[in-house]
Amino acid sequence: MKQFIAFVRKEFRHIIRDNRTLLIIIGMPIVEILLFGFAINMEVQNITVAFYDPKPDAFTIGIAERIKQNSYFNYQGNMQSMEKMEEAMRKGKLDLAVVFQQNFQEELVQSGKAAVQLLSNSSDPNRGSITATYATAIIAGYQQEQMDLIKIPFQIQTENRMIYNPQMKSSYMFVPGIMGLVLMIICTIMTSVSIVREKERGTMEVLLASPLKQGTMIFAKTVPYMVISFIDFIIILLLSYFVLGVPVNGSLILLFLVAIIYITLTLTYGLTVSTLVDKQVNAVIFSAITAMIPVLMLSGMIFPIDNMPGVLQTLSFIVPARWFIEAVRKVMIQGQGFFMIWKEVLIMIGMIFFLLLVTVANTKKRLE
Amino acid sequence: MIKVKDLYKSYGKSGKIKALNGVSFKVDDGEIFGVIGPDGAGKTSLFRILASLILPDSGSALMNGHDVVQDYRRIRQIIGYMPGRFSLYQDLSVEENLTFFATLFNTTIEENYHLIKDIYQQIEPFKDRRAGALSGGMKQKLALSCALIHKPEILILDEPTTGVDPVSRKEFWDMLARLKEQGLIILVSTAYMDEASRCDRIALIKDGEFIATDTPQGIINDYSDILWSVEGSRMSAMLKELRTHDMVMSSFAFGDKIHITVDAGFRRNELEQYLTNKDFRDVNIAPIEPTVEDCFMALTR
Amino acid sequence: MSNKVIDVSNLTKMFGNFTAVDHITFDVEEGEIFGFLGANGAGKTTAMQMLCGISMPTAGEGTVAGYDIIKENELIKRNIGYMSQKFSLYEDLKVWENIRLFGGIYGLSDKVIAEKTDALLKQLNFQQERNTLVKYLPLGWKQKLAFSVAIFHEPEIVFLDEPTGGVDPAMRRQFWEMIYDAADRGITVFVTTHYMDEAEYCNRVSIMVDGHIDALDSPAALRKQFNADTMDEVFRQLARKAERD
Repeated sequence: MKQFIAFVRKEFRHIIRDNRTLLIIIGMPIVEILLFGFAINMEVQNITVAFYDPKPDAFTIGIAERIKQNSYFNYQGNMQSMEKMEEAMRKGKLDLAVVFQQNFQEELVQSGKAAVQLLSNSSDPNRGSITATYATAIIAGYQQEQMDLIKIPFQIQTENRMIYNPQMKSSYMFVPGIMGLVLMIICTIMTSVSIVREKERGTMEVLLASPLKQGTMIFAKTVPYMVISFIDFIIILLLSYFVLGVPVNGSLILLFLVAIIYITLTLTYGLTVSTLVDKQVNAVIFSAITAMIPVLMLSGMIFPIDNMPGVLQTLSFIVPARWFIEAVRKVMIQGQGFFMIWKEVLIMIGMIFFLLLVTVANTKKRLE
Repeated sequence: MIKVKDLYKSYGKSGKIKALNGVSFKVDDGEIFGVIGPDGAGKTSLFRILASLILPDSGSALMNGHDVVQDYRRIRQIIGYMPGRFSLYQDLSVEENLTFFATLFNTTIEENYHLIKDIYQQIEPFKDRRAGALSGGMKQKLALSCALIHKPEILILDEPTTGVDPVSRKEFWDMLARLKEQGLIILVSTAYMDEASRCDRIALIKDGEFIATDTPQGIINDYSDILWSVEGSRMSAMLKELRTHDMVMSSFAFGDKIHITVDAGFRRNELEQYLTNKDFRDVNIAPIEPTVEDCFMALTR
Repeated sequence: MSNKVIDVSNLTKMFGNFTAVDHITFDVEEGEIFGFLGANGAGKTTAMQMLCGISMPTAGEGTVAGYDIIKENELIKRNIGYMSQKFSLYEDLKVWENIRLFGGIYGLSDKVIAEKTDALLKQLNFQQERNTLVKYLPLGWKQKLAFSVAIFHEPEIVFLDEPTGGVDPAMRRQFWEMIYDAADRGITVFVTTHYMDEAEYCNRVSIMVDGHIDALDSPAALRKQFNADTMDEVFRQLARKAERD
């Protein structure tokens, strides 16, 4: 036990005395969170849409058909109630809910105006706003068409509501992503580098020739990074809440739980990498390629997963950050509870066990 | 006691690089055993096997009764190991390094302070300085302290004096002599031939084999050639000249003199005359006792 | 009048408040084998870096190979040879590739490089290793090859930083014989070493202690001056006075 504590203390000293590392692990999350704010306009596809139309008439059916026929939209059915609509949206099964005013045709004929409500899921604000734009355009097109036919001016008013993100803050989207990225960098890259550094510097030799158990050493190496990454997680959370106004709608404890699981996962991956490479340079490159880039590209952090070609969507299954980001989005932004994220949690825990097995199998008690 | 029998070790595809080619030897308690030879001769491979850090291809080695392959856990508790490069933590202070290694071996600095006192006192004034900022000689002293702090039974030192200036080297060997008195087995390797005389017994190693194992004096006694030293002006030219002479079997520079081995028919006055005729002045030829270095060169010719 | 290949006075290098090299003054003549000794930390490496034009002196002046040490350090680099124990050749290049690389760096034409390569390999009796990767050469051969590469462009002076560390005795001597040959050809050799017997091979030797030069003369004269039998003893007497670590 004393060995363990002595080792942990040594690891903290290494970190604190290395100015460059300190800059990265404290400065990076802050910088990224404050700088990250580009808007990506991407084509949005496969928009799941459902209609609430208790009293269909020629117009509502006409509009619905137009939308259904559009290749961007994926018709899910006609909802029986608003509650069912909300539930579907909450579960992530619905991107757009189209709600027709009661007595649509009557209103239109009598007063020349009728309203359609477009409720778009904006936890991914990009997707949400584009979805609304498409729908609005389709409805405008229909209106124009009809006016040409009937030769009576009228107006279909569209009312857009952004669900889960009324102010359209893109920060809602990228905060979970940044968390995933930052924690991955700190835990995976730093941990693997720290272990490989012992190999490279020659101190590993001396450690091996002592009674120190490999397990103790490995565990002791992860502890400082666990602590630091948790602190970073809190920093990101505080900054996004106070500076960017991102709400924490769900349980804080649940959020912490998810963070701890993800941190453990990325740390374990760092250990796995350290058993596979011999030089610090290689540890960084290996981690960057297998961890960072997939997180940036495939985790849903920047590019929505649904937009990706099938192959990449499948690939994103094994990117740990994908599950973390989904879980965080659900808890933090949508305010969901544990029942909504058990799948993500289970997958992450499974990954931890798998990586642990690989690490243990690869850990050597000798130099070669 | 260390007992090594027929150790073989090779690296690379199909064992292309033969590091150890059948090494056997014994070391008793309280002995300083030196392995003397150039880089690449196999010293580091041998020491790593004995420290249980790599596995031999074949052969056996017992360190105070413990087998290097099976009992490696026990061996790692009783040895103090100093590998070739400086292998302590550069960004930790002297004292932090020592405390760390003490704790690693489940002991404290206080418990075994008497063991390292002589050595550590020299660097104690710098105990808060980062290890990376120490000079070469001090780094060696620190590394030695860290290897001793847990009262090992066997010390394995792989080229501890390489790259260290002559004064620090001498001090280091003085420390080893004092440690030996405490009953430690000290296994040390070096490329400096002059350090051989400070060992109880030595083994000359070349290309993975021990070409001689004995006390330094024993190896010298075994030297069969007749050795002379030659001095004079224009030493480098004289060297070339001597190489062409029939009676001279070998000639090598040794500092300010040239050592030559000669045929049975050699006459000192003849050579003196010969050299003087060739315009070399102040020629002085004298018989000398061989050093370990002379023996090494003869054995590897 | 003999040509001074190194001529420096009051050469100083400070790192913050720490004076690594403290006003050293000395000169080296053409064709000399000059030994530059001193304990680790005495300032040898720092001094050598200034002489090679790699590091800017804090104070002092002088010339190396005729070029000003402060204003013309780039020209110094081009006109000297350098070899150190830590690095000399690229391990994953072949023997002839290394020669070509360094020949090119020092501005030799392809034709000249090709001719000299053949000549060099023949002289070293190394022709069969022409296509061998350097990492497969035994250490002694590496050192000999590295030295040859360092003087390939026939510089006025070659700087050798502990060139024979860890090499076996026979190879060490062969190496020094190469140094003698180079000196005979007029190449000045500036060498640092921890082997005191090698100090004897030098024409003159300087010993640095705590940043200044405490002794400078031929080995024979130094031994007499310090009433010592060997250079080892001379060194020890001087180093004992050292205050630095």
